[in-house]
Amino acid sequence: MGTRHRVQLTVNGERRSGDTAGRTSLADFLRDTLGLTGTHLGCEHGVCGACTVLLDGSPVRSCILLAAQADGHDVRTIEGVSPPGGPLSPVQEAFCETHAMQCGFCTSGMVLASEALLATTPHPDDAEIDEALGGNICRCTGYVQIREAVRVAAARTADDERVVVRD
Amino acid sequence: MKPIDFDLHRPETLDEALDLLAEHGDDGKVLAGGQSLLPLLNFRLARPAHLVDVGRVASLAVLRRTATGVTVGAMVRQASAEQSPAVASHCPLLAAALPNIAHPPIRNRGTLGGSLAHGDPAAELPSVATALDAVFVAASIRGRREIPAAEFFRTHLVTALEPDELLTEIRFPATDSGTGAAFAEVGRRRGDFALVGVAAQVTVADGRVTDARVCLSGVADTPSRPKDVEDMLRGTAADDDVVRDAANAVRETVEPVGDLHATADYRRHVAGVLLARALREAYETAERSEDGHDLRIA
Ligand SMILES: Cc1cc2nc3c(=O)[nH]c(=O)nc-3n(C[C@H](O)[C@H](O)[C@H](O)COP(=O)(O)OP(=O)(O)OC[C@H]3O[C@@H](n4cnc5c(N)ncnc54)[C@H](O)[C@@H]3O)c2cc1C
Ligand code: FES
Ligand code: FES
Repeated sequence: MGTRHRVQLTVNGERRSGDTAGRTSLADFLRDTLGLTGTHLGCEHGVCGACTVLLDGSPVRSCILLAAQADGHDVRTIEGVSPPGGPLSPVQEAFCETHAMQCGFCTSGMVLASEALLATTPHPDDAEIDEALGGNICRCTGYVQIREAVRVAAARTADDERVVVRD
Repeated sequence: MKPIDFDLHRPETLDEALDLLAEHGDDGKVLAGGQSLLPLLNFRLARPAHLVDVGRVASLAVLRRTATGVTVGAMVRQASAEQSPAVASHCPLLAAALPNIAHPPIRNRGTLGGSLAHGDPAAELPSVATALDAVFVAASIRGRREIPAAEFFRTHLVTALEPDELLTEIRFPATDSGTGAAFAEVGRRRGDFALVGVAAQVTVADGRVTDARVCLSGVADTPSRPKDVEDMLRGTAADDDVVRDAANAVRETVEPVGDLHATADYRRHVAGVLLARALREAYETAERSEDGHDLRIA
């Protein structure tokens, strides 16, 4: 048997920890050890974006990141985008309004990638939206409504005071 | 879709990492950003008994400007290099190539060292390093050595690195003033590995090319640098005739292999188109920078 690892991380603002095998992906750790099944697994090799979570605020593929590599870091999953019972975040609201989801399989990843985009680029143009979401595959809705959702959310939140941090 | 069970090691210093590689290099692998290795592990195409994760070795994640250029630690993320002002102003070819790699979430994890050590001939960075004559620094408990880019890439996914060696940094030479660079590629979709890519950098003085560097990806089992084409460009004003001749010369020299995604003929044709496109853009940027209107700095 391979090595076991104690993984301690902040998930959606809460300290969480668990013991896991070295080979366990962050996605499996979130789903199976922490019970956060909102993170979806599609391809499990980095191609579809369904498993996108935010690691220290930036979108990453949780299927090709080991849980042990996330030790000590801050993780945000779809469960942390809005409080249980609502209200939904402006991005989530906009996804509902523009019919930007159908089966919902890609939606967690799409929403998190959109949240990350708007946190650094409050007024994205279409090219910036496409670049930020281009690695996320949707098999049902069509990308037009998803892009529309980001536009709607951006228009609504643009007045918020946001601090843009760039290296 | 789960990797085989392995021992994961997470050293905090370079010395610890090198000791682990000396012990386990033969049946182990270095883990950098994991964006190529973990897909291979998930498919069980790679079955290492040990993984040495070098993500906690802080000294490997440093990017610095030196007297002779830009030195990039192996663990510098592709996304950080993309945002680095030092890369934008001193290594414009690298800056031009980085946004073509995959998608932002992959560049957030993927490293420069990982992309180069992986040695995929369709990837962007091996071409950039080859075009610029970058120097690779490898370390093991046996010592350190410098490997010129021309000797680093051996064949598809094989480099000059020994199993116990860690790539620690890559040195990119600084560009002279009057230098412009461009990276042009075509793929089936944005973010996919390119079918063919062309890295081009030219230095211009008084309207004439004094230095030209060109390297193609996706047309052979290593990055291929057509030196005869570079020679053709030197001393010219890179006008339409010269660029057309260069594109034709490239079409004659490359010997791409056809596959499911594109035929050999298509790749050969597109290599010429992309060469012309990259050269024109590089030349125009060089001229602007020569005029003192340097627009490269992001
Ligand atoms: C969907 C998808 C699309 C992609 N598209 C592109 C693309 O268009 N262009 C492109 O270039 N790449 C692409 N990639 C690959 C990506 O750029 C990887 O990040 C990169 O190839 C490997 O870097 P890494 O840091 O993730 O390395 P890892 O995956 O951790 O390692 C890759 C290999 O290099 C070895 N290695 C890593 N670091 C070192 C070191 N310091 N010393 C010795 N050996 C080392 C590892 O042992 C392993 O064999 C894509 C990946 C995905 C998942
Ligand atoms: S499940 Fe992670 S990218 Fe597809
Ligand atoms: S809504 Fe079904 S995959 Fe996107």
